[in-house]
Amino acid sequence: MKRFNESPSQTAGPYVHIGCTPNFSGIHGIYPEDLGTSLFKGEPKGKRITITGAVIDGAGNTLKDAMVEIWQADAEGRFAGRGGDPAFTGWGRSPGDMTTGEFTFETVKPGRVAWPDGRLQAPHVTFWIVARGINLGLHTRMYFADEEAANVEDPILSRVEHRQRIKTLLAQPAEGGYRFDIRLQGEDETIFFDI
Amino acid sequence: MTKINGYTARDRAWHPPALTPLYKTSVARSPRFAPLGFATSLSEETGPVFGHDILGPRDNDLIHNFTGESAIGPRIIVQGRVIDEVGRPMPHTLVEVWQANAGGRYRHKKEGYLAPLDPNFGGCGRCITDENGFYEFRTVKPGPYPWPNGADDWRPAHIHFSVFGHSFAQRLISQLYFEGDPMIWQCPIVGTIPTREGIESLVAKLDRQNSVPMDALCYQFDIVLRGRRQTMFENRMEGL
Ligand SMILES: [Fe+2]
Repeated sequence: MKRFNESPSQTAGPYVHIGCTPNFSGIHGIYPEDLGTSLFKGEPKGKRITITGAVIDGAGNTLKDAMVEIWQADAEGRFAGRGGDPAFTGWGRSPGDMTTGEFTFETVKPGRVAWPDGRLQAPHVTFWIVARGINLGLHTRMYFADEEAANVEDPILSRVEHRQRIKTLLAQPAEGGYRFDIRLQGEDETIFFDI
Repeated sequence: MTKINGYTARDRAWHPPALTPLYKTSVARSPRFAPLGFATSLSEETGPVFGHDILGPRDNDLIHNFTGESAIGPRIIVQGRVIDEVGRPMPHTLVEVWQANAGGRYRHKKEGYLAPLDPNFGGCGRCITDENGFYEFRTVKPGPYPWPNGADDWRPAHIHFSVFGHSFAQRLISQLYFEGDPMIWQCPIVGTIPTREGIESLVAKLDRQNSVPMDALCYQFDIVLRGRRQTMFENRMEGL
């Protein structure tokens, strides 16, 4: 069935911010604003949360040239474009803080989404990470540490063979919202997905 | 009957592996564990949609979109189609591009190359494919540039691109190279792609037919995104 091969990935390089968040990188006047700065198009329903975190390399350094994108359901588990809350885009993009490199997303707590077999997944946010040195964008998911009951029955979390690594997918409640660090390698390397 | 059933698995032997020591930055930024595989679900089969209302009239004209005056360098048109692996066009998908100027210099505070900035070149642009998956932008051909990796490594002329497709599973960032450039085959980043065939699929072809006389040369470049899986299944007959 396949007649063409997917275009091979190449690293986003050190200057991905020029292309994807030019205003952040100091290039003004081309686009009025950087895409994905806000997930809100008004007042979305649901509980407002803030997700903060860092992308950390194998030496323990926070990346300052990464770009992190998230995609998630609205508070009722529906996606934008598929009957979701019109005041919620579901998609965010962060170049990281200029000095610390940390990303922050103001969003709503996602509802539960059905798995293809009908079971409900635990609330989660899909993450995609690109940067210099990352040859193929990394997919992962953020779950909520305080959703223990839903997490136990989640079709993906329940399939993780290395049980001690599940914690790398759990955002921890923190002041003002949740903390979710992404470790590219080393101790507590985040579970990345081949989806 | 044909049932749409998620996306075909990504061919990881076709893409660069995470750890590619000749591209040094990958060493500390590559996961050591194998990624956890699972079939796509609604969370990956959906994605953001962008309307033409986000586009300004010069968004796909990098020659003029920074100041209105012309940037310096060989004027080119880059055009092609965004399709999926079974050849279907991908309409209404956002394509973002960024690049160095004709001297090989990026407009970025961390950029240290001695080549000068072009006051009229910003370095980014974007467009949305039409109903046939067609896209086009104008720019100046970027210059090659040296970069800190080996003692004397150079990037071939290239344009970075980011494509959304119709779902988060299709999200892709890669780079476009130019036909005939000998530097392609000396670049450690290009060299992360395992096969020559894979590398050649990222090389834009000079297209004199669509070049504009006394104005701009044209390069053709198609972008292929992951395809949807189609599984054939038979309707089971009664009694069998
Ligand atoms: Fe580059």
